[in-house]
Amino acid sequence: MSKTANITLKINGEDITATVPVRLNLVDFLRHDVGLTGSHVGCEHGVCGACTVEVNGDAVRGCLMLAVQADGTEVTTVEGLSDSGRSAALIRSFTARNALQCGFCTPGMLASALSYIDAGGAADKAAIREHISGNYCRCTGYQSIVEAICDVITENATTEEAGA
Amino acid sequence: MTGPAMIFDKPNSYIGQPTPRADAARLLAGRGRFVDDLQLPRMVHAAFYRSPYAHAKINGIDVTEARAAPGVVAVYTGAELSKHVTPYVGVLSHLAGLRSAPQHPLAVDAARWQGEPLVMVIAQTRAQAEDACELIDPDLEELPAVVDSETALDAETPVLHSEFDSNLAWERTVDVGDIDSAFAAPGVTVVERQFRFGRHTGVTLESRGTVCDYDPSEEQLTVYYSGQAPHMMQVIYSKHLGIAEENVRVISNDVGGSFGIKIHTYGDEIAAGVAAKLLNRPVKFIADRLESFMTDIHARDHVVTAKMGISEQGTIVGIDFDDLTGIGPFSMYPRTSAIECNQVLNLTGAPYAMENYRAKGRVVFQNKTLMCQYRAVGHPIAMAIADCLLEDCARSIGMDPVDVRRKNLMADDSYPRNSTSGMKLDDLSHQKALEKLTEIMDYKGLRDDQEAKRKAGVYRGIGFVSMVEVTNPSPMFYGIGGAPIASQDGATVRLDAGGALHISSSITEQGQGTNAILGQIAAGVFGVDIERVKVSTGDTKTVPYGGGTWASRGAGIGGEAMLQAAHALKEQVLEVAGVLLQTPVEALDIKNGCVVDAGTDNERMPLADLARTVYYRGNELPSDLKPELIATRHYRVSDFPFVFTNGAMAAHVEVDIETGFVKVLHFWAVEDCGRVINPMLVDEQVRGGVVQGIGGALYEECLYSPEGQLMNATMADYIVPMAAEMPEITVAHIETPTKTSVLGAKGAGEAGTGGAPAAIMNAVNDALSPLGKSIWQMPMTPERVLQVINRN
Amino acid sequence: MKAPDFDYARPSSLQEALALLAAGEGGAQPLAGGQSLMPMLNFRISTPEMLVDLSGLPELRGLEQTPQGLRIGAMTRYCELEAFPDLAKIQPLVAAALPHIAHDAIRNRGTIGGSVALADPAAEMPAILLALGAVISLDGPNGPRDVAADDYFLGYYETACEPDELITSILLPKIEPGDSFGFHELVQRHGDYAMAGVAIRSSGIAPLAGLRIGFFGVADRALRVTALEDALNGTDGTDIAGALSHLSEIDFQGDTKITAETRAHYAGVALKRALKEMLT
Repeated sequence: MSKTANITLKINGEDITATVPVRLNLVDFLRHDVGLTGSHVGCEHGVCGACTVEVNGDAVRGCLMLAVQADGTEVTTVEGLSDSGRSAALIRSFTARNALQCGFCTPGMLASALSYIDAGGAADKAAIREHISGNYCRCTGYQSIVEAICDVITENATTEEAGA
Repeated sequence: MTGPAMIFDKPNSYIGQPTPRADAARLLAGRGRFVDDLQLPRMVHAAFYRSPYAHAKINGIDVTEARAAPGVVAVYTGAELSKHVTPYVGVLSHLAGLRSAPQHPLAVDAARWQGEPLVMVIAQTRAQAEDACELIDPDLEELPAVVDSETALDAETPVLHSEFDSNLAWERTVDVGDIDSAFAAPGVTVVERQFRFGRHTGVTLESRGTVCDYDPSEEQLTVYYSGQAPHMMQVIYSKHLGIAEENVRVISNDVGGSFGIKIHTYGDEIAAGVAAKLLNRPVKFIADRLESFMTDIHARDHVVTAKMGISEQGTIVGIDFDDLTGIGPFSMYPRTSAIECNQVLNLTGAPYAMENYRAKGRVVFQNKTLMCQYRAVGHPIAMAIADCLLEDCARSIGMDPVDVRRKNLMADDSYPRNSTSGMKLDDLSHQKALEKLTEIMDYKGLRDDQEAKRKAGVYRGIGFVSMVEVTNPSPMFYGIGGAPIASQDGATVRLDAGGALHISSSITEQGQGTNAILGQIAAGVFGVDIERVKVSTGDTKTVPYGGGTWASRGAGIGGEAMLQAAHALKEQVLEVAGVLLQTPVEALDIKNGCVVDAGTDNERMPLADLARTVYYRGNELPSDLKPELIATRHYRVSDFPFVFTNGAMAAHVEVDIETGFVKVLHFWAVEDCGRVINPMLVDEQVRGGVVQGIGGALYEECLYSPEGQLMNATMADYIVPMAAEMPEITVAHIETPTKTSVLGAKGAGEAGTGGAPAAIMNAVNDALSPLGKSIWQMPMTPERVLQVINRN
Repeated sequence: MKAPDFDYARPSSLQEALALLAAGEGGAQPLAGGQSLMPMLNFRISTPEMLVDLSGLPELRGLEQTPQGLRIGAMTRYCELEAFPDLAKIQPLVAAALPHIAHDAIRNRGTIGGSVALADPAAEMPAILLALGAVISLDGPNGPRDVAADDYFLGYYETACEPDELITSILLPKIEPGDSFGFHELVQRHGDYAMAGVAIRSSGIAPLAGLRIGFFGVADRALRVTALEDALNGTDGTDIAGALSHLSEIDFQGDTKITAETRAHYAGVALKRALKEMLT
């Protein structure tokens, strides 16, 4: 039988305690044990970025981390970003630009986009392209995604200016 | 049928508007419903033991240890499974002479490609199923593999299927005019090149997968399917598992990309259905990325020797080519693997007027992953043959690539007409598209820049493609050949008691925005706010019968059915309104959810009032009035085998001649897909398609060892386009509606993928032209570009 | 694919971790950031009996500027190094190279010690250590020891670190006034492993002096070619054709993307371009 471990962590602000097989990776745990199916599995080798979630505030690959390693951490998934309103501006701009088609890369793309915006990233398309270059999208060709992220940064800057 | 003017000139029409998709909100909140999201009670998981060899005889497989492994529920070898499922053969009668051997979901006697499923293990978890796969002890005898398509027909090459005399699956020749005399005529320059198109694959971010659930009390198989053709899959499961068609329900919820990958019969998915039936419980199979690379259909893999002749004045006298393509060990069921080659024969040179055309295609078996229809079937090959040879010809006679196209593209007022290969063409705008393209890209400015940069040792190139695109296929595509693939689609529009519309359609949504455009059409044609339209697609139990979304048919065929259904419902509603309001029907209209006076838009009755009267208070209606607040219409393309779309594209690239690296600086696409229902969605289809085309042109290739082992089956080794290297893509439109429908929409999904590779190849060769070098192989990897630069 | 079954331990001291590794007799595998190990587990290429998670070891933490240089605790994540104050002044080569190493989400978990322990021949960090003359501190059953980067990378995923040893920290020697640095890699896509790359330190510009050039993505390991460095020392670095002939000492490897011949050419191009960037 699988070796198991008990873990306690905070997921989207909620305290979760679970017994997990130690070989279970974080994204499979989130999807199938916790029921947070918003994070997706695309390659299981860390290249496609579909499983990107936040752990202790950092965007990380959910397939390149064991659930047991998330013991004691705070995890935020796409559902949490939406519920807390943190992704609200991105949701608006992605919708307006149609920066998603099938939507499978979208949760990981949002996590990567937020990490760029939250770090004070500039509305510089080349820099945005570089930042999201670890997130594979087969549908859009990326341009609309880059523009949608750019829109949010520009919008934030305008709001801040107006507030100042 | 009421004419187009009445339908499209309404002030509240959504057709032509960049309306955002309603589905986006759900997907952005992480509330998608993909197959792997599904958890059903008592669900078990499948994993497959797959052939490690490209070709092997199966002497026996010992699964004793696997059966005893923790969590294992069942283990089935190919021999065991074949008692419960019939094999299939991927042939179609209209592809005369096409042959293939019976294929079992799990191989029975021999394994014919690396990755072919041999044993299915069902366990409590996927990890346990994989653990048990490692305990399987197969007795496989490795056989010589047929890997190289170019030697597949040689006498000394082993024949893959003992029932056939060779590895030839299909061949066809088209011969129009007299190409030999045309090439021999005085003043004609003939260029000859050998093109190589690598194998690549779809790499849908969501891998293939299924949950199959069988309920013995109702003898009902429910298949949750990530794909494009639910009704086709219904027939296939029914036929091969021996379940009545009406007892198979196929449900396609959100699909994480498909591009033609998820529209075929895969042994592992069929086997999951068989297991569900044998175990009377849900079985989930989700392909991992390794399985995707080894078993998703591949595409292209063509070697083409081609010639084009051009007169001194720059008139194309003809094209002559020989296309050889390797399709793996079987023709894929049920769409077959001869279509891509057939498309190449049909489409090459189709934008150009010419007298002479000779094309030979051969399709051969080999021990590699099966090849079949992937986005822009045959187009990248056909467009590259004609347009790359054309620019080669233009260079050799010193003519500008735009001028040579102006001279040879069919005139916009010359339709209807046939292509030289015999395709029926109408409503195309090649000349207009080319003019618009040169305008938006500032062609002259780019040429000036190119010259200046060359002096500084920077090699930039500009390349074009003028293309046709097969869309809106008629029954002549598959149905005629015996495939259980509907060519028509249906749409139902229902007015609910609250005044909202519920619509359903047999076309499917894989991210293109199918649901959005259906809503736009229904809302606009019927006359309600789009917020009040709810859309259902993807469930064989609830939607009208039809083909699904593939070959860029959703908008053109499914959209027209929706238009006609909405229009029919409007007439039915107005008939009721006329009685209730005691007003002649022709004096009434529907706008913004209200019955209004035609002309003045004076509000007479909200639709909700009308519907509630009909549904709740039928006593208020005259007894001879039999209101129908639901309408269904179906539509198919007749008179034409396909409705062709056209486009013109250009690429601007920079080649680092020291390393062979190609950077795409910018890309322009002018697309004429007829009436544009939602310009934002069409632009995004084109952009996504272009980037997929760039992938095929520069990066993506399934690489095989001489033994038939796929050597780069990971996303680290198989290179897909990522954001940092992709260019900005400017999209513009010409709208020449097709006369085959009221809606006038043609497809737009294949354009970018079909056209971009030729434009990129032309741009690279333009960049290399000062060196007198050129490349004719895709993908144009840095090393290959460097090799042609260094070649003497 | 799903990872094979294994045991897991998260020791809280170095001593405990080393004891677990010793007891595992080769079956216990240290887990640092996991960004290379996890894919190998998920592909079932790596099948350890036990993972020893190093995240709880205080001895492997810490990132500080000392009189000798920048001491990097083995479990320091790439993102922590990136965020170290004044990194571009303290270690300009590292600062220049970091953005090229994979992607943000990988650098948020991946550790410096993990990269150096794995010694992927195409990874940037080993070559950087060679260029900087770094010192790798190990600890094991026979006690702590320091190994110079030059003596550390031995072959294809083979290093001086024994299976029962762990990297505790890495010292990047303090840079000297007048030191100059170069970095260039050839990749098809941002963040990919390089088709060839170089990391360079020189103690002078015109002329070049005391050159240390770490090549990566070229052979079975990151390596230096001292004859090439010698040939360039004392020159202005503009005419390197002669020096490049020493690249023949490298046993260039081909893979599915490029042949060994092209890789050899790319190594020369990367060097030429890195020097050009240094000199302008």
